[in-house]
Amino acid sequence: MSKLNELTIAQAQDGLAAGDFTAVDLAEASLAAAKAAKDLNAFITLTPEIARARAAASDARRAKGEALGPLDGVPVAVKDLFCTEGVLSTAASHILDGFVPTYESTVGRNLIDAGAVMIGKTNLDEFAMGSSNMTSYYGPVKNPWAGPAGEDLVPGGSSGGSAAAVAARICPGSLGTDTGGSIRQPASLCGIVGMKPTYGRCSRWGIVAFASSLDQAGPFARTVEDAAILLGAMAGHDPKDSTSAPHEVPDFRAAAQGGVKGLKVGIPREYTMDGMPSEIQALWDQGAAWLKDQGAEIKEVSLPHTKYALPAYYIVAPAEASSNLARYDGVRYGLRVDGDTLDDMYANTRGEGFGAEVRRRVLIGTYVLSAGYYDAYYVKAQKVRTRILEDFTKAFEDVDVLLTPTAPNAAFPIGAKMDDPIAMYLNDVFTVPANLAGLPGISVPAGLDKDGLPLGLQLVGRPFDEETVLRAAKAIEDAAGFDALPKYLGGQG
Amino acid sequence: MSLDKNDVRRVAFLARIKVDEADLEPVAQDLNNIIGWVEQLAEVDTDGVEPMTGAAGLTMARRDDVVTDGGDPEKVLSNAPDRVGDFYAVPKVVE
Amino acid sequence: MSYIIQGDTGDWEVVVGLEVHAQVTSQAKLFSGSPTAFGAGPNSQVSLVDAAMPGMLPVINGYCIEQAVKTGLGLNAQINKFSVFERKNYFYADLPQGYQISQYLHPVVGEGIVTVDLADGTTRDIGIERLHMEQDAGKSMHDQDPTRSFIDLNRSGVCLMEIVTKPDIRSPEEAGAFVRKLRSILRYLGTCDGNMEQGSMRADVNVSVRKVGEDGYRTRAEIKNVNSVRFIMQAIEIEAERQVEIHENGGEIVQETRLMDPVKGETRSMRAKEFAHDYRYFPDPDLLPLELTDDFIDGLRKTLPELPDAKKQRFMDDMGLSAKDATTLVADRESADYFEAVAEGRDAKKAANWVTNDLFGALNKAGLDITDSPISAAHLGKLLTLIDDGTISGKIAKDVFDIMWETSGDPEKIVEEKGLKQITDTGAIEAAVDEIIAASPEQADEVRQGNDKAIGWFVGQVMKATQGKANPQQVNQLLREKLKG
Ligand SMILES: [Mg+2]
Ligand SMILES: [Zn+2]
Repeated sequence: MSKLNELTIAQAQDGLAAGDFTAVDLAEASLAAAKAAKDLNAFITLTPEIARARAAASDARRAKGEALGPLDGVPVAVKDLFCTEGVLSTAASHILDGFVPTYESTVGRNLIDAGAVMIGKTNLDEFAMGSSNMTSYYGPVKNPWAGPAGEDLVPGGSSGGSAAAVAARICPGSLGTDTGGSIRQPASLCGIVGMKPTYGRCSRWGIVAFASSLDQAGPFARTVEDAAILLGAMAGHDPKDSTSAPHEVPDFRAAAQGGVKGLKVGIPREYTMDGMPSEIQALWDQGAAWLKDQGAEIKEVSLPHTKYALPAYYIVAPAEASSNLARYDGVRYGLRVDGDTLDDMYANTRGEGFGAEVRRRVLIGTYVLSAGYYDAYYVKAQKVRTRILEDFTKAFEDVDVLLTPTAPNAAFPIGAKMDDPIAMYLNDVFTVPANLAGLPGISVPAGLDKDGLPLGLQLVGRPFDEETVLRAAKAIEDAAGFDALPKYLGGQG
Repeated sequence: MSLDKNDVRRVAFLARIKVDEADLEPVAQDLNNIIGWVEQLAEVDTDGVEPMTGAAGLTMARRDDVVTDGGDPEKVLSNAPDRVGDFYAVPKVVE
Repeated sequence: MSYIIQGDTGDWEVVVGLEVHAQVTSQAKLFSGSPTAFGAGPNSQVSLVDAAMPGMLPVINGYCIEQAVKTGLGLNAQINKFSVFERKNYFYADLPQGYQISQYLHPVVGEGIVTVDLADGTTRDIGIERLHMEQDAGKSMHDQDPTRSFIDLNRSGVCLMEIVTKPDIRSPEEAGAFVRKLRSILRYLGTCDGNMEQGSMRADVNVSVRKVGEDGYRTRAEIKNVNSVRFIMQAIEIEAERQVEIHENGGEIVQETRLMDPVKGETRSMRAKEFAHDYRYFPDPDLLPLELTDDFIDGLRKTLPELPDAKKQRFMDDMGLSAKDATTLVADRESADYFEAVAEGRDAKKAANWVTNDLFGALNKAGLDITDSPISAAHLGKLLTLIDDGTISGKIAKDVFDIMWETSGDPEKIVEEKGLKQITDTGAIEAAVDEIIAASPEQADEVRQGNDKAIGWFVGQVMKATQGKANPQQVNQLLREKLKG
């Protein structure tokens, strides 16, 4: 038997059910692994008291025969973008210094209700703005995988801490959010599974907003089945979120087992990029072959507006962010930097409280919404977004799911691309379109590059058809048999 | 369209983000870099296209007119950087 | 009645448009479940949403939508089946989100018309440009502390209807009449209590002036947040004078927002901003478009009460009231209802007289509302019946009215207890007449010699002798028979 912190959710569930170990044992193993992996800087806050209390409560339930379900007693880490009642919630920003919410996000509440055991709040790019986790006020996160010469690499972002925690076997699952790829890209760079469900599948209530029309919560796990279990617990209609869909939550775990026989898989020819490593193209071809071998039909499709997704995103997301982040003004919570006048206090607080990338995006967002530019930038970008959605809708007339690479590159060294924002933004070139169209997407670890670093493949499905996405993902996972291990494993490395 | 120092000053004021005078120029360059890049959207034919907003396909749910909240000042004041009694306090505003 | 300002260079007229903010009478706020009641302790009616805590989201109150649509219908306005909530972005201490959720390009209600009644009995149509729904901000207090302002978010998120007129108003009187009429309609509909002292209704007043006969509009100034009809009228007068003076001295009006200082009798520019406002409106991505069905709108249409204009017409056409009385009676729903209860089954014109003269006179003097009237409509109705059926004379009725005002008593009982019933027993009246004639032979002779005026003196004497309870017509007839017959 593996060490407790190395179990998958499904294995943990079996072990708990069999009485092989307790939830408290699992929590202690996770907390110990987190401590040992402190060097990764995956966590902003560890919550050992909460973990122990929830684990003990889970054990008590189980002893009475009242275990709640597959997540009861399972340790999870929560991206520090989720507001957690009584626990520091920072969005990795200086501006939320000391902020302790008096409320729990809906998704967080759903996990508590499912018996999950939070072990801590994970590091991220400040306000989820970044693809490398280097914009965090709390410092960068290290990818558990190291470069060929042992270099420290980024875990991707923005949910880098959540991805690193699962990849390093600190806990079997974690929560992330994905606005332009912030779950799928770090999943790809860390060699784990990460899923962004359909916009509206998970409630946004209580999650610090970055770009409201794009933000979605989703799970990280090491297997597709685990991701399905976590998503099942997170999802559901929330009357407190007007954009939450009133749809039933299907049995994702069962759906993942469905196989791909007869499934039509689209290969969008536009998903290539100049300078993309040849291994990525090869892995993509391999992925198609794996699916075909299992009975899927492979078809080439065209998504002609793909290249415009990223620039459209870099108008829409900063615009919404510039407004969403206006509430961080030093009046009701968080950092205040004094000034002689109210306006000075605002400008000082926000000038100091926001890091460089956040300031950059808030300024861009303010500019593209301002008088005289609104139509040329914001409205234009929203129209392009419609075009992108039309591309997908058309493609899904012919195919059931799309297969693409998740990211155009593997993990890169900490500090790289920092002086060229656009080069950094390109990390999300393959993930952003699904956010703009609101579609479900998943990244599955499928292979290694020449430096031995993990690469993921992405599957994108129709709105609210996570089931097909999971089926295809499971088929890739089965065929790939990805079992490579990162350098930092359970804190040992 | 490209931004100059004055645009940055104006935008920074609208966003209430302090940008030092000396930084206006480099910030303008930085923003122009990105603005120049997103302008490739002009290539896309969007004649007659409706801008996409929000969650497609949903209709907006409505709440009943029932009081379900409030009544606990501490719940909203407990994180305030400055407060006097149950008021938030800010630097004095002269109207 | 045109309102003209005589300048050195000629005659000027004012051009006024109003933006009235009317608070929707709802229990809970527009996008949260916290209460809207007036006068609660600071920050005690604030939800996490109203305080813009991280991750909080708005969910719309369906009742507020109904109230806005109902108001639109009451303003004879276009209801837009598709409308959009947008964010109006600006920083202020009492605006926790850093934006106000409002409607901009697509308001829920479009163009409409309000007919206002002017003092000279004429009416004028004022165009409504739009009505949109939006959140109110919180409240800043600047005078509590030497270095700090205090913020109370109780009002933050309260549902407002912003009702915007076309620039159709041409005098302070018309502006006052418009606001009174609008308030009356809102109260009839029950969509806003119209209480200006508590801030349930307040107006931004847009004023410009132009030479009489001139086309087009000159630059306007906006006087913010004026909170009484009197101040709205005063603000227009003062601001128009100021602008005429500037124009006549060759100056330029600056398009700006100004504040009204009723004490000093002036408007002054609000602190100049370093940059003009740029609200960066865009559709709120936390909300979906507001889509209304015909069924929904028609359903609300069916719930509309009879509104003041229709009621006035009915009072005139069916009940024969004068325009003046009808206008007075329909000004608020309670007065109209009171009047209708009094008039039910009785002479409407007499009822209108008693209500508008006697009752309103007494209420005015006492500073009371119709809803606080010590005389109920049922009692006033009974009083009218007592006059009609001859139980009491019109003169005695005035005395009974006074007693009713003091005691809130039933007029029948008052008449009974005080023995105020008219004497209709001919024998008793005859006896009194005979007695007076016998005691006044000189006056009797005068009558017999043809001095009809002297009969009046006898009537007075008889009435006096019967403490006013004799039927004056009967007395008159008997006197004629006995003296001239
Ligand atoms: Mg206004
Ligand atoms: Zn307004």
